Amino acid sequence: MTDNLQLNAEGKLKHFLTIEGLSKSLLTEILDTAESFAGMSEHQVKKVPLLRGKTIVNLFFENSTRTRTTFELAATRLSADVINMNIATSATSKGESLLDTIRNLEAMFVDMFVVRHAISGAAHFIAQQTAPHISVINAGDGQHAHPTQAMLDMFTIRQLKPDFSSLRVAIIGDILHSRVARSEIQALNTLGAAEVRVIAPKTLLPAHVESLGVSVSHNLTEGLKDIDVVMMLRLQKERMSSALLPSESEYFKCFGLTEEKLKIAKPDAIVMHPGPINRGVEIDSKVADGPQSVILKQVSNGIAVRMAVMAMAMQATAPAPGRFAAVHADRHADSLPASGIHTILGDKGVA
Amino acid sequence: MMLRIDHGRIIDPANDIDRVGSVYIADGKIVSVTDEPAGFKPDTVIDASRQIVCPGFIDLSTRLRDMGHSRKATFKSEVIAAAAAGVTTLCLQPDTAPVIDTTAVVELIKELAEKADYPQIYAVGGLTQKLEGTELSSMLSLKQAGCIAVGNANQPVKNLLILRRAMEYAASHDLLMMFRPNDFWLSNNGCAHEGAVATRYGLPSTPEAAETIALAQCLELAELTGCRVHFGQLSCKRSVIKIHQAKKYGLKVSADVAIHQLHLTENDMTPFDSAYHVLPPLRTEADKQYLRKGLAGSTLNSICSDHQPHDLDAKLGAFPETEPGMSSLETLLPLMLKLVTQHAITLEQGIACLSANPARVLRIESGALTPGFAADVCIFDPELDWQVNSENWKSQGVNTPFWGQTLKGRVTHTLQAGKIIHRL
Repeated sequence: MTDNLQLNAEGKLKHFLTIEGLSKSLLTEILDTAESFAGMSEHQVKKVPLLRGKTIVNLFFENSTRTRTTFELAATRLSADVINMNIATSATSKGESLLDTIRNLEAMFVDMFVVRHAISGAAHFIAQQTAPHISVINAGDGQHAHPTQAMLDMFTIRQLKPDFSSLRVAIIGDILHSRVARSEIQALNTLGAAEVRVIAPKTLLPAHVESLGVSVSHNLTEGLKDIDVVMMLRLQKERMSSALLPSESEYFKCFGLTEEKLKIAKPDAIVMHPGPINRGVEIDSKVADGPQSVILKQVSNGIAVRMAVMAMAMQATAPAPGRFAAVHADRHADSLPASGIHTILGDKGVA
Repeated sequence: MMLRIDHGRIIDPANDIDRVGSVYIADGKIVSVTDEPAGFKPDTVIDASRQIVCPGFIDLSTRLRDMGHSRKATFKSEVIAAAAAGVTTLCLQPDTAPVIDTTAVVELIKELAEKADYPQIYAVGGLTQKLEGTELSSMLSLKQAGCIAVGNANQPVKNLLILRRAMEYAASHDLLMMFRPNDFWLSNNGCAHEGAVATRYGLPSTPEAAETIALAQCLELAELTGCRVHFGQLSCKRSVIKIHQAKKYGLKVSADVAIHQLHLTENDMTPFDSAYHVLPPLRTEADKQYLRKGLAGSTLNSICSDHQPHDLDAKLGAFPETEPGMSSLETLLPLMLKLVTQHAITLEQGIACLSANPARVLRIESGALTPGFAADVCIFDPELDWQVNSENWKSQGVNTPFWGQTLKGRVTHTLQAGKIIHRL
């Protein structure tokens, strides 16, 4: 089940929807490109003209501060025009379908959608449906994927520990509901990490989790042995009310990262968290703000990585003036009953 | 009106017939499958050389939409698909709009069936009012109006006491209960099998236990109440084992499987392709193999289409948000034949699972070429290749993952009570 929807005919990144199916060299290319943008933030002029004249729409069907802001900053630094749409309080609440929202925005001649949505597969769906000159970047879909978060984490790790093949990484917390965890696991395995270990109670682990290429522990004290990178996940408060966990305090007792528990990991282990942090639930403040924490570094790196992904995706999407109208005419013909759905749903390799 | 079908290979499992010969039909009934009756002067002769002549198919679970769902499909559109599929009798699940819980709706369905020139549509009455799972429906009235069975479609019955009462009441009136086992809470709004694929794609998922626990509970109640139960659309290995044990133990239960469960697994789902969104979800290769074994060993005695046509919008969206179900009448025969070519079952078994066995479940005089029975006949060419495309497809719902594929085996003629309702 390969996923070549993301790549164009030359194998370049056209959409960035998931880590799955992308090669080690492509992930490395993203990291290298990000590296070239990383220094920019400290310059006086923080802009390059790579995406001048392009219009990027931040389509956020779910609330977000950090991700949306860093995407916005990344686009601005590439000189693109950015529109932020908070759909959670906009069109869909008036009954407009996802597809209609996309069609309307397409008609405004945008070049890229950055999409966050609460349903798994939403970004794939938009990428399949949208006009061919538009790139789609997944900023998190349901419990499926959050590939830019994973790549900024890989970037942060590589800055501090350049050799992935020697790394043992622990991901701790709500793996079941976490799109971040899924993307991180895929990225770490693709980049050749020595071990990816997930640590959580059974209620927060998906079925057959080992099939993702991880080892499993239900005990933080045992699980942290020999670990180089500790990745904490956010625990949503509503998990307490859905019989997945008894209480925040019991969770903290078992799976909360404290200074004492961190000592079990390797002495030079780094601590990461995709944010926002629940202090005292999954992580103690002393650890979050301590010397081993790289949490704020992750946030800064988010801008460079998102710049890299946007620049790469835009380069892989050849400009095609005039094609827009034709595409719409075709699609209209296709949407007639009986012949339509399969063309519309996309015969797999669209690019 | 007399009709003769010549030179076909007649396969009639109920009467243990498999030979080349002629079928004689007069006044809508089978007259003979052996010797020519005296004075038989056919008005029509069908040449069935190199084709198979068998009883018309009986589908135990179909949705024709219409009424409140007519944008998805109508009786008119779907009976053409049914006829093209060789289906001559079908059972309409009660989750229509409005639901089948009053005699008025049963009458309306009869009327729609007659208007569509396809009278052999049996309504399954709601087990509970509005299918809400709390109050019993007027089952006796529904039976008298023509309902062939009762069931709650995909809706949960609120608790086991209500299910027990409903089964007792159904048993009092010798009504068959059709039951798709699914524990509402364990299924947890899942849209995919709880396994490696759902884990990889972050899809809300349903474990087999949602089915097997509901099945086990219902089996216990079948013993307690004496209700005849037919379990529909089983999807996993452990369900087959449970049915096998129950039958061995002596319970009067039967079970079917939807045709797509015998061919597709979670691994066939292209990432987020809503055509693969069905309930119960596509499960593992081991489950598929065991369901096939269940058919071969007669633990499962019927194959249903579980036909659920949808409009385009219903399937256009992110996978979990799309509506479940496939349009599957027209792929029924070729996919059954594929089971035969893959040596999962014999051709005779396959035909029995689509005719004689469902007739026995419903206790109707059908599913066989017995003299005196209504002449429901399907004639098909087992070697004819055809492509699933808009030219050949009849159902208004194009939601099938087999779109574009070339399948082997096609119905050339369908007769319903002696009337030719499909001719290729």
